[in-house]
Amino acid sequence: MNAEYQLPEDECFVLNLGPQHPSTHGVARIKLTLDGEYICKAEPVLGYIHRMHEKMAENRTWPQFFPNTGRLDYLHALAYNQNYACLVERALAIEVPERAEYIRVITTELNRIASHMVWYGAFVLDLGGFTPLLYTFDDREQILDLLESVTGSRLTFSYFRFGGVPNDIDDDFIAGTKTFISRMRERIKMYHALITKNVILINRLKDIGFIPAEMCRKYGASGPVARGAGIDYDVRRNEPYSIYDRFEFEIPVYHEADSMARYMVRMDEILQSLRIIEQAIATLPAGPIMADKVPKLIRPPKGDYYHAVETARGRLGMRAVSDGSAIPWRLKLRTPCFSNMLIFGEACRGMLLADAVALFGSLDLVIPDVDK
Amino acid sequence: MAAYIKSILVGTWSLIAGLAITLRFVFKPVVTCQYPHAVPKIPDRYRGHIDFVYDPATCSHKCIVCGMCQKTCPSGCISLEGEKLEGAKKKTLSVYQLNFTTCSLCGLCVEACPTGALTFSKEYNLAGFDEKEYHFDLIKRLQERP
Amino acid sequence: MLSYLNYLNDTMPCLMAILRLIVCIVCILAFVGLNAAYLVWLERKLAGRIQRRIGPKEVGPFGLLQPLADGIKLMTKQLFLPDGIDRILYLLAPMLVMTTAFMCFVTIPFGEGLVARELDLGLLAIFAFASINVLGLLLGAWASRNKYSMISSARVVSQNVAYEIPMLLVVASLLMVTGTLNLHDIVAEQAGGFWNWNVLRLNASPLMPVAFLIFFVCTLAETNRTPFDLAEAESELVAGSFTEYGSMGFGLFFMGEYANMVVGSTLISILFLGGWNCPFGIFPGPHWLFLKLYALISTVMWIRWTFPRTTFYGLLNLSWKVLIPIALVNLLITGALVKVF
Repeated sequence: MNAEYQLPEDECFVLNLGPQHPSTHGVARIKLTLDGEYICKAEPVLGYIHRMHEKMAENRTWPQFFPNTGRLDYLHALAYNQNYACLVERALAIEVPERAEYIRVITTELNRIASHMVWYGAFVLDLGGFTPLLYTFDDREQILDLLESVTGSRLTFSYFRFGGVPNDIDDDFIAGTKTFISRMRERIKMYHALITKNVILINRLKDIGFIPAEMCRKYGASGPVARGAGIDYDVRRNEPYSIYDRFEFEIPVYHEADSMARYMVRMDEILQSLRIIEQAIATLPAGPIMADKVPKLIRPPKGDYYHAVETARGRLGMRAVSDGSAIPWRLKLRTPCFSNMLIFGEACRGMLLADAVALFGSLDLVIPDVDK
Repeated sequence: MAAYIKSILVGTWSLIAGLAITLRFVFKPVVTCQYPHAVPKIPDRYRGHIDFVYDPATCSHKCIVCGMCQKTCPSGCISLEGEKLEGAKKKTLSVYQLNFTTCSLCGLCVEACPTGALTFSKEYNLAGFDEKEYHFDLIKRLQERP
Repeated sequence: MLSYLNYLNDTMPCLMAILRLIVCIVCILAFVGLNAAYLVWLERKLAGRIQRRIGPKEVGPFGLLQPLADGIKLMTKQLFLPDGIDRILYLLAPMLVMTTAFMCFVTIPFGEGLVARELDLGLLAIFAFASINVLGLLLGAWASRNKYSMISSARVVSQNVAYEIPMLLVVASLLMVTGTLNLHDIVAEQAGGFWNWNVLRLNASPLMPVAFLIFFVCTLAETNRTPFDLAEAESELVAGSFTEYGSMGFGLFFMGEYANMVVGSTLISILFLGGWNCPFGIFPGPHWLFLKLYALISTVMWIRWTFPRTTFYGLLNLSWKVLIPIALVNLLITGALVKVF
């Protein structure tokens, strides 16, 4: 569409994409102003699944907020668990045992792959291909079975604790993870042959849905969205937390800034996560899984604390203000999907509806994470 | 012109390669579990709703009515009462209600219990018509258990 | 019995013609209905196998009664008319789609003499009816008073323009070779072995296999199947033209889609794959046509469960940059060769 030509507002028509729409993956609503099938204006409308997580944090004790963290971004729940655990550990100055750190890394990375698998299936479903969804869920099932055997839950794991992890991993888990790593590498090859190289998919993703680096900076986008635009930023490497500085892994960065770049970033990230898991399993130390000096009643000293991790969708920051009591005074969540979603309004201007759906899918949004 | 023909051939080949992959999957065994006919294996650590641990020493539960589970529950779905029986030093449990409708299956109560009286049940097939069906009376459940 | 029929035919030709008509209509109706029902079952089973699951299995043995259950469900649902629709067009559209699909079967021969009404311009009649199908979708979408349906209706029309041209160009070049529009004669010309089929008539045009592929792709587009299901596009337009339809209104659209698939596949088998001729020249008969027909339909389903959807500019690009140039080249080559030999 000619960028300068703009239909007057009253000649466009308004289409509500959502809150009940197959491709919004939940209850996102986007108010589209359309000229034919071209988008003149897009306005994400938030808040359909707002659950007041920040306010809930101010009404319960520090450990009681744990189950909530897994419900923000249910697809990568362990990263949220990890961030909250690390945040409070930083506040209490607890040293986490080595083994617990390794277990955290292994499970979080497994969860990251599971999260990318859901995105992958759902993304291709947005593009109209149904079958890959079932294949990716098959892979995800393997991960969930592994994680279920350790954490006891399949989605909202709520697994980490302040000072470590409650359950140790066993040999079955390690053997299962090793089998999964080799299986996953084969499957990634299969996915590339089945989907990435498919000419229909390439035509739908290549050079479509630009999110340049300036736009990412303007909206604070992070994760694969920023890395697909050439911003070489990953919290795991730029501000190493836990034990990520011990592992050798690359941060995939693509400079095309189109939907295909974001797609490829995630595909490469899966392989890098496999590498991290492999190294972590090879060097897994023995020892306790829980720190000794965890107080029974969690009362972080008065102060202001911040911790950030890299989730499957970008940078998650949690800032806690403690007044020294057993209840947080304030807990601010900086969720990656919130920033990533707001980009959509600007990025999809002038696009066709079908391409906008592809762009929306390539952002990999989890709506409860947007609305908190 | 050559690039044009090449792009057509590469595109067509990518489609054929995709078809070959899905065709191969047709002849591979199914991976699904035929749910109502075959039941998946529930791992030992599965976190269902809570239940009392059967204590063979007392032929009953181990609860000492300390109320830790009630205090630690983020959703406030546990309510328990104890009463002092005549001649006994400590309280005995008289009511232990779990309101499963608000439970988020986090397992904090099980970790908080000082005597290890609580455990996770392996029940996952929970469906009903009424909210009241999910107000579990754990004492009754323990007695009904074989 | 036969002599009695012959006797009737001689004495009352008018009555016999009517009787024949009724029998044909009943047969076509039954054939289309059964096909629509069991192709859905086949598609679900095939999709299941591709996706490494079983597919319907609970209702009856191998889920064979599933179409029946679906049919009962669709028929017993309320015929809901949304507020503000164009009632006449809304109700007319599904019937239009279904009727034109039926009409296509009238001139299709399934075997020697197995045809409801043999027309010299049979092929033309089929194309004429097939393009009314698009009108049905357009009317239904337009009458629904739904924004998603409206976008879908625009897509249906642009899609129609995109695939009809290469399709007819291919058919035109084929007709130069066959020299007739009568489907029965077209099949008769391909008798013998598979080397006589139009798809392998390389002496008529070396691009014949390519023409077959173009025709196949256009049939996919005509029947609104993935990768060209732009009008339905459930992840973009919810259900496109059918968004506001429920109960049997939707059921008719759905049956129409499968009936069109059967028509398209039959047409491909007749035009390119020798119709009811055996590949090796032995035992010709309708069974060969059905074999080819269902093999083609399975391929269409297989394609649906493998590929993502194109966009409509993707379809237009494909049509104008790939299909039409190749079809034109094919037309030129065929024309030249026909003139020379």
